[in-house]
Formats: sequence, structure tokens, C-alpha cells
Amino acid sequence: MAEPWEDDELEGPVRKFMYVNRRAPYGTIYALESLEVVLIAAAFEQDVTLVFMDDGVYQIKKDQNTDAIGVKNFSPTYRALEGYDVEKLYVEKESLASRGLTTDDLIVPVQLVDKDQLAQLMEEQEVILSF
Amino acid sequence: MPMLHTVNKSPFERRTLDTALRHAVKGAAILLIEDGVYAAFDGTVVAEKVKAALADHKIYVLGPDVAARGMSEHHVIEGIGVVDYGGFVDLVTEYDKVQSWL
Repeated sequence: MAEPWEDDELEGPVRKFMYVNRRAPYGTIYALESLEVVLIAAAFEQDVTLVFMDDGVYQIKKDQNTDAIGVKNFSPTYRALEGYDVEKLYVEKESLASRGLTTDDLIVPVQLVDKDQLAQLMEEQEVILSF
Repeated sequence: MPMLHTVNKSPFERRTLDTALRHAVKGAAILLIEDGVYAAFDGTVVAEKVKAALADHKIYVLGPDVAARGMSEHHVIEGIGVVDYGGFVDLVTEYDKVQSWL
């Protein structure tokens, strides 16, 4: 028998969720926790948008190698998001530039937006979760 | 030898590096670890400040934390030394004491 949440008639509304990532990976647990919650929202087939701004842009820096610090490198998971239909990834232009980075430094394809475009995107969401 | 100051917070998010530099006497060394390593790279908005600090301080960055974050040792500001864990221990023994700015 189908579980209640698998019953089409009981399918809940799809909401626009935005996850705002503003922390560097590894130094704190925020980046990893955000990724976990994003995957949960994706499993419930919600309309998910990810934003990387401030130090959050470092989460998707290419070439992360954590062998010597004894912590799991979770950056490859960002490349798997596409498989969960999480395809709206935005990076704030100003955050990238002030850190001397370009989109070539990033592990996934993203849309570059300036702070005003980002503010507008935020206004369009129904739920915003900040990490 | 004066003190070794360690800084483990990102210079873009916290003022820890500024505070450490403000309280470091000439000849004291700075070691950038964990998220503090982001201060060590050229082309950022904090790079000029870090380069200026090299006039009064030896500055080091911990290689394993650089690699973990996908940053390249080739982009480390000229004059900053990259050390491994053994080098970290050498610095701790070389300087009189350590102040860990958290």
C-alpha cells in the first residue's frame, strides 16, 4: 500500500524555497548542514534555489582536498544536486570578486547575479533559510 | 623571540586578523589556520593589508587547510610561508609563546 506521502491526491503544495549559504566550508558546520537540508527539500520535490554569497562562495571552490585534515570532502555533492532537480544555483558577483575568484574556480555551473538581482530573487521566494 | 599569533577565522567575516595584527609587536609571527587561511591569497580585498603586515611580521599559512579549501599554494601572497603540521610544531617551539585568537 502506498504511504500517505506517496498518494498523489495528498500531494502538498510546492513552495519556493531559497537556501542562502554565507559560510566557508569546514571551519563551521553550516555549509554541510545546509547541504543536508537542501537534499531533504529536494526529496519533497520543492522548488529549490541555492544562493552562495559572502564566504559561502568558498563552498563550491574547485579542487578541495581534505585528506590532510581528516574531514570528509563534501564538495562533490554539489555536482550531484542536478540529479535531484536542484538546478537554480546563484552566486553573488560582488562576493566572488572581492575574494579574487571567478566562475572558472567553481565546481558547478552557476548563474552570476549582482546584489540587486539577488535582492529581487529573495523577494520572489516563499521561504528563505539562511546558513 | 616574541609571540606566535594564530588566526583561525575568515578575514571577510570576522575582525580577528585585524585584532591580532593590532596587538602583535614587531617581530611577532602570524600563522593562518582553518578559515584564517583565506587571508593568505593574492587578488582579494584584504591582500593589500596582509602584504603591508609582512613588513613587520613573518606570516605563515597552514598547507593542509589551504588544500582542504581548494585554494592554490601558487596564489599565496609572496612572502608568506606555507607550512605543514611539522612546520606548525616548529613555529610553536621557535617562538616564546602562542596566542590563539579565536
